[in-house]
Amino acid sequence: MEIFFHYFEWFMFLFLLALGFGVGRFLEANHYASIRQRETAYASVLLFGSRFPPDMATRQDCQLVTGHVVISSDYFKKFVFGLRSFIGGRSRGYETLLDRGRREATLRMKTEARRLGSKLIVNVKYESTSISGNRGAVPAFEILAYGTALIPPK
Amino acid sequence: MASTGMMVSNIEIIPGRRVSSHLGMVQGSTVRAKHAGRDLMAGLKNIVGGELKGYTELMQEAREEATERMVAQAKSIGANAVINVRFATTSVTLGAAEILAYGTAVVLE
Repeated sequence: MEIFFHYFEWFMFLFLLALGFGVGRFLEANHYASIRQRETAYASVLLFGSRFPPDMATRQDCQLVTGHVVISSDYFKKFVFGLRSFIGGRSRGYETLLDRGRREATLRMKTEARRLGSKLIVNVKYESTSISGNRGAVPAFEILAYGTALIPPK
Repeated sequence: MASTGMMVSNIEIIPGRRVSSHLGMVQGSTVRAKHAGRDLMAGLKNIVGGELKGYTELMQEAREEATERMVAQAKSIGANAVINVRFATTSVTLGAAEILAYGTAVVLE
């Protein structure tokens, strides 16, 4: 027991690492499954990066639609990134994190568009901000997707 | 954001309608701080990763308020649509963010 208290910080570190690895991976796999399923369901809502709609002549209503998510890294990914930053190169952990966030934000934007009866979003923009707190904290990102939903008049 | 009751878009035109006059830039911004309870939950969620729901809601409310303020300003100068809207987010200090929405107020015929 004395040993436990003596090395408490190390035990805590290993515990958090294991928790981040185990639960973090599980949550990520679940999230990806849900993203893929919803992406199929919302495939009929089309996104355009162009500023102008394909059909400019028809009178249509416009509404700004947004979708966003605040997504956090886990303890394990942060640790692996710490090691990775010694030698540089790509960080898969953060790549999948931002990919998840961006796809989730896109899906939320599509959900809002469909609720308004739109099947077309033009001028889609993405913005991401790092909102991690104090130094050394596990990083979190806010990812925003927004665009103009075109709604055919009733 | 559909509750604003005004046509808001981030493109320069409204399809099939003509802009009869431009009224200049309008903007709305809000600074929000996270509260301790949400921060504590986020701290726990940080270990396993994933979405921080409390923060998502916080930023959502802030963005809606910024948009509402922008729309209110546009209404007050007699516009009936805001076009070319952009969003910007800046972290002001640790734990607080400013959210800005800006666009061009116009009158549609």
